[in-house]
Amino acid sequence: MNPGRLSHLEQLEAESIHILREVVAEFDRPVMLYSIGKDSSVLVRLAQKAFAPAPLPFPLLHIDTTWKFRAMIEFRDRFARENGLDLRIHTNRRALAEGASPFAWGSNKYTQVMKTHALLDALREGGYDAAFGGARRDEERSRAKERVLSFRDAYGQWDPKNQRPELWNLYNGKIRKGESIRAFPMSNWTELDVWQYIWQEDIPIVPLYFAAPRRVVEREGTLLMVDDERFPLLPGEEPRTEVVRFRTLGCYPLTGAVRSNAVTLPDILREMVEATTSERQGRLIDHDEAASMEAKKREGYF
Amino acid sequence: MAATEMTNGLAGWLRAQEQKDLLRFVTIGSVDDGKSTLIGRLLHDAHGLYEDQLHAVRRASVRGSTRGEGSTSEIDFSLFTDGLQAEREQGITIDVAYRYFTTASRKFIIADTPGHVQYTRNMATGASTADAALILVDARLGVLPQTRRHAQIAALLGISHVVACVNKMDLVGFDRSVFDSIVSDLRAIGEKLGLRSLHAIPVSALAGDNVVTKSERTPWWPGTTLLEHLETLPVEDRARAGAFRLPVQLVLRPGIGYRGFAGQIVSGTVKAGDEVLVLPSGKSSRVTSVDVAGKSVDIAFAPMSVALRLADEIDISRGDVLVHAETPLTVATEVEADLVWMSERPLDRAKSYLLKHTTRTVRAEVSTVVYGTDAETLEPVAKSTLVLNDIARVHVRCRAPIFFDAYATQRATGAFILIDSVTNDTVAAGMITKALEGAAERGTSRSLVGDEERRARLGQSGAVLRAVAGSLAAAFELGYALERALFDGRRIATVVDEARDASDAAEACARGGLFAIVAGVGADGESVEVNGRVLRASSREELVQRVLAAIT
Repeated sequence: MNPGRLSHLEQLEAESIHILREVVAEFDRPVMLYSIGKDSSVLVRLAQKAFAPAPLPFPLLHIDTTWKFRAMIEFRDRFARENGLDLRIHTNRRALAEGASPFAWGSNKYTQVMKTHALLDALREGGYDAAFGGARRDEERSRAKERVLSFRDAYGQWDPKNQRPELWNLYNGKIRKGESIRAFPMSNWTELDVWQYIWQEDIPIVPLYFAAPRRVVEREGTLLMVDDERFPLLPGEEPRTEVVRFRTLGCYPLTGAVRSNAVTLPDILREMVEATTSERQGRLIDHDEAASMEAKKREGYF
Repeated sequence: MAATEMTNGLAGWLRAQEQKDLLRFVTIGSVDDGKSTLIGRLLHDAHGLYEDQLHAVRRASVRGSTRGEGSTSEIDFSLFTDGLQAEREQGITIDVAYRYFTTASRKFIIADTPGHVQYTRNMATGASTADAALILVDARLGVLPQTRRHAQIAALLGISHVVACVNKMDLVGFDRSVFDSIVSDLRAIGEKLGLRSLHAIPVSALAGDNVVTKSERTPWWPGTTLLEHLETLPVEDRARAGAFRLPVQLVLRPGIGYRGFAGQIVSGTVKAGDEVLVLPSGKSSRVTSVDVAGKSVDIAFAPMSVALRLADEIDISRGDVLVHAETPLTVATEVEADLVWMSERPLDRAKSYLLKHTTRTVRAEVSTVVYGTDAETLEPVAKSTLVLNDIARVHVRCRAPIFFDAYATQRATGAFILIDSVTNDTVAAGMITKALEGAAERGTSRSLVGDEERRARLGQSGAVLRAVAGSLAAAFELGYALERALFDGRRIATVVDEARDASDAAEACARGGLFAIVAGVGADGESVEVNGRVLRASSREELVQRVLAAIT
């Protein structure tokens, strides 16, 4: 730290901590959505800093679709154990029993049931009135429109045309019973900021972010990793081993890999600085239809 | 992105990142003046966009441009920021979009805000955190009412730098006289509003003239491009330079032996060993440790988020403020403030709202609307209530004291929001100008001279005469004429400058032959300063006698 001056990252960190503390101070039952990705890892670290030396004053919630990469689940369980986190896991069991899968149901229907509905159920069952997420405004253009404290009605719905004005850092946390707030402490971070912070702070992340030989098939221009035997191969498709990594992590059948040789964090940073495509071009659910993310968020998607 | 390469390796790149400062700016102006297009152009030409984003917008541009003009093969830059379905359907911006880009020297956060009058509150949202404002003016239309309203909000919010982009210069043939005349209109508005700095640039957002690349079509104009200007604007840090203030967010108490008062330092610096004063209790203690992320640091300053540990067991909770004793905040229950009304429901003066100021929320009423502002002329007008987008000077009465600085001195301790306690909507943004009489600090003390007595002695009834004229000079002329006329009629009056604070007003009264008594907070016991000399005594009675002896 330069005496008397905060770097850009230090300013972002201070702002995030302020938001985390405001929400904890103003709400009865906050929870942190934990999706295992790099942003989640950073968000957990920011929360640890905000409340140190006390432990996190809220549980973590993972909406497990059962279609995550195996490496993610391994990482999740180790990360929670090593950090002493109170991790709750919720899965939409009923839909699963009915055969919900991204292959059988299509990405749209599957996301709605296994992610949006599951999330709303879990928030209601837990009685949570505020939920933190690691979303950033630079990710996607409807995210760019969202407030730091984003109001959701009793059905978890977002009304982008009628958001509360949000001035200075005076966040309005007033809600009625049943309504809730989604809070985004990392709103002003960019993808590059996140990588730089991970490197500087030595934050553990899922190994899938680093390049390694992996079994993939190329489908409609997207490299999909064959993570387990549930992956239905189309006629003529033969998985081949390529050196790839992921810029973003979600359900493995819906997340595209990129060809890369970046095996260390400095390699990733170098690659990021020279990147010509955004991280979400590998996210299939963003491209289902125009304004897709907005439509999902209106329904309650995080 | 391609613009910044790691020419000096990773370590060099990281060092360069640390050196970059951050400028937050907001784009404001009227509907269809090209704000979103300007941002799209800026991001595109400064290499702030990814290929897949460009590709998506190219596809959408072909499908149907929101702009009626131009060929469909051109990129509709507004689509980069108008991210909501309803915005793209209607071709207008409804809510603020935040965008991020970096150049070799600086990082930028852009708040792209709506011009539509219906969504002025979203413009204020974007402007509240900005260091600079780009105000767009359509060269064909000149300054519009909404331009004035936005300029006024920018001025009220205390934005340091206003950059006027006179846009669509290509549609007026890059005519220098058009640019000059708009700039002169803007300067007149700027002066009226007290804008601190105003700079103008002729641009075409659609064609890219003077945005990132210097235009050859404006040879008459000697200035820099918009991007160069944004890269060199000084970012002042009023927060770090100010007096130490830490609004307490919450108390960290993980177990026996640790009690940390957590919050973000909104201004100034603090270090272990500092004596601090707690408001509102007025108790003081010493800082034993300044902690960041559970670890002790030597010194901390705004805007760091910290936890302070103190030497004494004092009752401190959320909403309290820690300060240095020699630089206390003003404590008051009644304040004067500028208000921007943001709700479809008009102000109800009989109703109590929730006022959130720093980390403190109190019930409050807007007791008086002193005057509103005419959006067209920017002149004060009489108002009894406030409706959507109204801007007014008001008096606010709080049911518990707040501890503040004037907004002009320190944004973070001078700003508040009003929340409707029934709907929970944020209905207004407020900027405190000063404490009003009836301040809580006077507590239960009452003046020992009755108003009746004083009026009888002076042989006059007393009144506040507000002299209003088109300029300050004319107002003073009017004021002095009144003073002369009153004096000639054996009345005693003196003219004070409305823009000044209480001390200046008291000075003016004193020069006019009145004894003006100013009450204030001091660290060590009772004292009275008379003509620069500080008098003390062992009892209040003796002190009063000494003061009487000292004045003539």
